[in-house]
Amino acid sequence: MNADLLAAPAQLLPAREQMALTLMFHIIFVPFGIALPTMMLIANYKGLKRNDTVALTLARRWSHAAGLTFAVGAASGTVLSFEMGLLWPGLTGRFGEVFGLPFAIEGILFFLEAILVAIYIYGWRRLQPWTHFWLGLPIPFVAIGGAFSIISANAWMNMPAGFTMDANGQITEVDPIGAIFNKALPYEFGHFLVAAYMAAGFTVASIYVVGWLKGRRDRYHRLGILIPLTIATVLTPVQFVVGDLTAVAVFKDQPAKFAAMEVVTESGTHQPEVLFGRYDSATNTVEGGVSIPGLNSWLAGGSVDTYVPGLDQVPAENRPSNVTIVHWAFDVMVGVGTVLLLLAFWFFIAYWRKRDVPNNRVFLWFAASAGVLTFIAVEAGWIVTEVGRQPWIVYNILRTEDAVTNTDAGTLWISFSLIALLYLSLAIGTITVLRAMSRRWRKSDETEDELAVYGPRPALNEVES
Amino acid sequence: MNTATVVAGIMVLAITLYACTGIADYGAGFWDLTAGGRDRGRLPRSLIDNAVTPVWEANHVWLIYVLVLCWTGFGSTFASVMSTLYIPLALALLGIVLRAAGFAMSKDAARARMRHLAGWLFGIGSFLTPFCLGTAVGAVLTGRIPVGNAAGDEITSWLNPSSILVGLLTVAIGAYVSALYLLAESHRHGITALHGYFRFRARAAGVAGLLLGIGVLAALRFDEEQMFDRVVQRGWPLLLISLALLAGSFRLATGVRVWLMRLVGAGGIAALVWAWAVAQYPYLLPFSLTVQEGAADPATLRWMIIWFVGALVLVVPALILLFWLDQKGELGEDPTTSRAPTTTGSAQT
Repeated sequence: MNADLLAAPAQLLPAREQMALTLMFHIIFVPFGIALPTMMLIANYKGLKRNDTVALTLARRWSHAAGLTFAVGAASGTVLSFEMGLLWPGLTGRFGEVFGLPFAIEGILFFLEAILVAIYIYGWRRLQPWTHFWLGLPIPFVAIGGAFSIISANAWMNMPAGFTMDANGQITEVDPIGAIFNKALPYEFGHFLVAAYMAAGFTVASIYVVGWLKGRRDRYHRLGILIPLTIATVLTPVQFVVGDLTAVAVFKDQPAKFAAMEVVTESGTHQPEVLFGRYDSATNTVEGGVSIPGLNSWLAGGSVDTYVPGLDQVPAENRPSNVTIVHWAFDVMVGVGTVLLLLAFWFFIAYWRKRDVPNNRVFLWFAASAGVLTFIAVEAGWIVTEVGRQPWIVYNILRTEDAVTNTDAGTLWISFSLIALLYLSLAIGTITVLRAMSRRWRKSDETEDELAVYGPRPALNEVES
Repeated sequence: MNTATVVAGIMVLAITLYACTGIADYGAGFWDLTAGGRDRGRLPRSLIDNAVTPVWEANHVWLIYVLVLCWTGFGSTFASVMSTLYIPLALALLGIVLRAAGFAMSKDAARARMRHLAGWLFGIGSFLTPFCLGTAVGAVLTGRIPVGNAAGDEITSWLNPSSILVGLLTVAIGAYVSALYLLAESHRHGITALHGYFRFRARAAGVAGLLLGIGVLAALRFDEEQMFDRVVQRGWPLLLISLALLAGSFRLATGVRVWLMRLVGAGGIAALVWAWAVAQYPYLLPFSLTVQEGAADPATLRWMIIWFVGALVLVVPALILLFWLDQKGELGEDPTTSRAPTTTGSAQT
């Protein structure tokens, strides 16, 4: 914390903490909302095409889990839409007209998704199998559209566009479409979309890998591993390319964020790549860490002669407030990505040779932990984007402290504590329920009704009377 | 009619739909909360569960849509309302999360104790949220929200007789409409044991709602006379329509013509919401900010209208499909099977 943050209004810290907590919670559910429907539809298609009951069971169970994560995501997403006003009235009040449209788009797409998910989940029993599949098919596309909208709004905060500001700071000539298709949108969206599929893919696969490790080596587990793991591993090398493009774009568009990510203190060519270490904001130096000469310049511009502007070029009050956190988060994200790339290649080679889930125990342990690893990377990536933008809520235009509510700091601390408590119980509840669900599936004490994927169910009155 | 008015109209429409669907779901939660002990409340609870489960998320999204419409179309109003009414809106949010959590968990909670807890969360949230949202409406209606970042009083803006009465009225509205819907559901499923049960509750909530409605008008008369005058002078045709429709649904609450009963009941609520909107027009924040003054850039408003039309094309068919399938009985978890797993079934691990 530097002197600048101390001078900031007292409500800034609880507001930031609350927003960070709720966003970091919400972001866990987003990958499932986007990617789980894709997996369940693949399984559903396989099941219908080949008359494969195992695949259909998987599809049914994944849709069940998708429904739960969708519901929790809907609740935490509602929290966020309230918080846009509860915590940051200075942002929505002034700039809502510029960057609000994508939220309105997402609102409708989310609505559509809620309807389709409800039809799909509750339609397993009585809808005609193929009708049911076709009604579910739009879900992943609608989900991707929703993610596009939200990422667009976030990208706008990083690369504001679509308006002009007159001398008095009044907003004129609003162009909402220009704001939606801002410069940061393509790479932020691409990077996140691939990350979402990887995170959900590795996580779902890891659950079945754990079962596989415990000796449950049946077709159900094989499919449960192969469908999501194929999606995730195919996308891992893609993410390396997308991630690199993203980093280069950030280098050009948001030099201060890039300098914080790579902890570049002094501007110049031949910048070394510093792994970890600790940044001292008072002296603008780095302590500790491993330094690889020239690599940073080379990654940014393809040559060691690339000039990389450092934090020394940014006035002290405009430097990201937590450089060390941003830098560590970036290193963790890239580190996890590299490890997952190894896993992906291992899987490709092993599968190509044996056409089956690899039996090597090291591989299996590796794959079992991949789910948690990708989520660490997703959270780290979020920290890089959001904390790296500070002290700006709208890059170079609106400072976070000018957007925060004037609500009493004490009230905010109370609501932060309540929200933290609530989210803790929500997290425990979600995990408990998901575990109960899988335990029930594992014990195979499902009702006949649940096992019959397609087929009539008893009407309410027949059961009750 | 200009773009700002159209967008304000869309917002009122979304609020109307939320009142007729989302708030009604909270009403169902209220009946769940008051259904009595485990054995006595089992049948009504399973009907409530069966009725609300497939549609609650879709019904809930209207609220989010209202929020995003407001901050995009009327940013300064949104900022002023949210910052001054931080406390009731944060509490409403708490209720939303509690209810959603309770709902999501209860589906798969294996143990009775946890299902019981989930039921409580669902019930408490079902009271807290409509009440707090109602007090927020009351605060706006009585002109307690000045333009600015937390410029109004954080406590008295919503903790005053008028706002509290509007909050209670909102709860009663939800309870009334949901009792009508549930009565219709009990007819659809042919559960005769619940016909009288929900008819009685609909009528009780209807009477409570009427008394609270009179209370709101009386409070408004003493609290903000200017708004009271507007409600009775311009809002009266809509108030009368609302009263007539609600009385009609009250009368229809025998449940024979279930579609008509539901439609008339929802129409009564819609007319009430529009009476509020008409009384307040052209003010967003009475009496300091008008729709025109508070509106976003015309380019943004135009795109919002275009997107709204596009959204209608996308959502309406899907929504009709959802309700149609639901009413045909093609959807819906079965309460007995999803809540009490038996040990039948072949090995499938």
